[in-house]
Amino acid sequence: MSEADPAGTAAGNGAAAEAMVDVRGVSRTFHRGRTPVPVLRDLSLRMEKGEFLALMGPSGSGKSTLLNLIAGLDRPTGGEVIVGGSAIHRLSERKLAGWRARNVGFVFQFSNLLGALSAERNVAVPLLLTSFSARERRRRVDIALEIVGLSARGKHRPRELSGGEQQRVGIARALVNDPALLVCDEPTGDLDRTTSAEILDLLVALNRDHGKTILMVTHDPVAAERASRTLHLEDGRLAECGHDGTIEVPVHEPAGAAV
Amino acid sequence: MRLGSFIRQCQAVTRYNLETIWERRAVSVVAIFGIAGVVGVMVAVLSMAAGFRAVVTGQARDDVAVVLRSGATGASDSILNHQDIQVLWEAPGVARGPDGPLVSPELFVIIDRKKIGAGTDANVPLRGVEAAGFALREQFEIVEGRNFEPGRNEVIVGDGAAGAFEGLQVGDRIDVGRASWEVVGRFTTGGGVAESEIWTDNRILQQMYQRGNSWNVALVRLRDAEAFEGFEAALTDDPRVSLGAQRQTTHMAAQSEPIEVFISVVGWIIVVMMSAGAVFAALNTMYAAVSSRSREIATLRALGFSRLPVVVSVMIESLVFGLIGAAAGGAASWFLFDGFRAATINWASFSQVAFAFQVTPELLVQGTTLALVIGAIGGFLPAVGAARRSVVGALREQ
Ligand SMILES: Nc1ncnc2c1ncn2[C@@H]1O[C@H](COP(=O)(O)OP(=O)(O)O)[C@@H](O)[C@H]1O
Ligand SMILES: [Mg+2]
Repeated sequence: MSEADPAGTAAGNGAAAEAMVDVRGVSRTFHRGRTPVPVLRDLSLRMEKGEFLALMGPSGSGKSTLLNLIAGLDRPTGGEVIVGGSAIHRLSERKLAGWRARNVGFVFQFSNLLGALSAERNVAVPLLLTSFSARERRRRVDIALEIVGLSARGKHRPRELSGGEQQRVGIARALVNDPALLVCDEPTGDLDRTTSAEILDLLVALNRDHGKTILMVTHDPVAAERASRTLHLEDGRLAECGHDGTIEVPVHEPAGAAV
Repeated sequence: MRLGSFIRQCQAVTRYNLETIWERRAVSVVAIFGIAGVVGVMVAVLSMAAGFRAVVTGQARDDVAVVLRSGATGASDSILNHQDIQVLWEAPGVARGPDGPLVSPELFVIIDRKKIGAGTDANVPLRGVEAAGFALREQFEIVEGRNFEPGRNEVIVGDGAAGAFEGLQVGDRIDVGRASWEVVGRFTTGGGVAESEIWTDNRILQQMYQRGNSWNVALVRLRDAEAFEGFEAALTDDPRVSLGAQRQTTHMAAQSEPIEVFISVVGWIIVVMMSAGAVFAALNTMYAAVSSRSREIATLRALGFSRLPVVVSVMIESLVFGLIGAAAGGAASWFLFDGFRAATINWASFSQVAFAFQVTPELLVQGTTLALVIGAIGGFLPAVGAARRSVVGALREQ
């Protein structure tokens, strides 16, 4: 099995529902000095709308690299990355920045909040890239904070919040522009068990109740278990993976409940 | 990128940067101090030049002509005789006072006095004047004691000279060679170099210095500024005399120029060297500011912010440091130096001139401009560096 491509990537497959993420034969090579370091080679991946996909694999296997390609933070050395119908590997850097602002919500391992700003102002940061009225921005910030259960703490600065709360603010920030796709790079990597479970509950709810398509990189099998599907990245290859950790033949899972 | 979005991005990043300045104050202070130092020194030095120019040219008028023997560069190498003065009396364009033409022949010698504080000797001009000399200087005023009486060994002392040299208070005696004068009054002339001089009666000074019936310089009040050309032409064309005339404004500006240039050149050399230091301090500060926020900048970029607002915001922050530095340096030099009195300028034709530093608004504008230039240079490389940094790379760093 050289690629996980359960739904097929045949062009002109107009009848089939458009995939949320369609990665086709992508490679990504970094350079350490003059030596090329190929991290991803001819890798393909398809995510349906409404899917919650966990991506596991050993450290350094290229999970973040793949996630960054899908999120439009990085560009492939070769191959195609089509997200929400846009061939983002063809976009200029400037267009790509605008595309990210509209289409992707980022959740980082460390919440990466701006320390000088209150929670609600942190959540409002992506709205500065939109032309919403002040009133609409206010409304969206309130909704996002409500979804993550932090309505009462909007005025607090990050350092006055617990690690779990900070991560929730980070998730609210990812939601505020209402993107279809959330990418989470080890969102619970820095949290204890209980807090991790709460964050995962939140992600599951976002997927189930709000129809967000979620790509989550994680080390933690318990976290991966909450996803609707798990892929394993190793030696530059993707393999479908059962929750018991056994690698399985790719199976096409149905799309998660949308909206 | 639409303009509105661009402006919002710049505002957001700039505002964030500025809100976190206080947290980064320890590093920022170095840059601010550097810039404040440069601005302070620059304003101080140039205020010295400005103060000097103001005092030398301040009382000069363009309807007054300074007449010297032709070819002379100043009062000390010029001699005027009685016939010269007679020609001036009759020259076209000369204004008349109640006592006749406003022509003031004056004698000009130099005496040694000890500087207050320093204790070293310095040259002080001793000027012989007569009635027309007072008529010509409308702002002349005795502020202490009385005027000298013609024919007696009495002097009056300019306000600046009285403050700068020992033994020039009313009641003191001045002994020079065999001569001895009594200080009977202190005067002002509304500013100008005359206040750095000692005045006495022309006749007495001629006797003491065995000058017979000669003088060094004549000041001539003309009917108006336009009368100068006719007056000068008449002097040049007169075969009986060999005299040169300059407007007083031109004359004084020329006298003040070498010193002004000297102060400014020395000052600017210091300022340029300090500026280089300040640029490095600013660079250092801004690199530190940028690297302490590389993660936050990368986060903003990941969220969709573009490069340019990052550049703009770092530049604005650096310029704000420039402005704070300019305000601090300008204020410091204003409080320390504005009105600061000095009498330490030694120049052949002037001997000692008492003047006060003048911190003018133009100087503060110049200082602020320099501070902004330093801020812009110090901010540019770090700003570009921050914007070019790879987002993914910066996010990978913990
Ligand atoms: N920007 C980069 N420059 C150079 N090498 C990189 C860069 N990003 C990732 N790599 C290398 O690519 C490999 C995969 O990295 P990464 O995708 O972060 O792995 P993972 O997230 O699975 O731990 C690692 O060997 C890493 O050193
Ligand atoms: Mg990683």
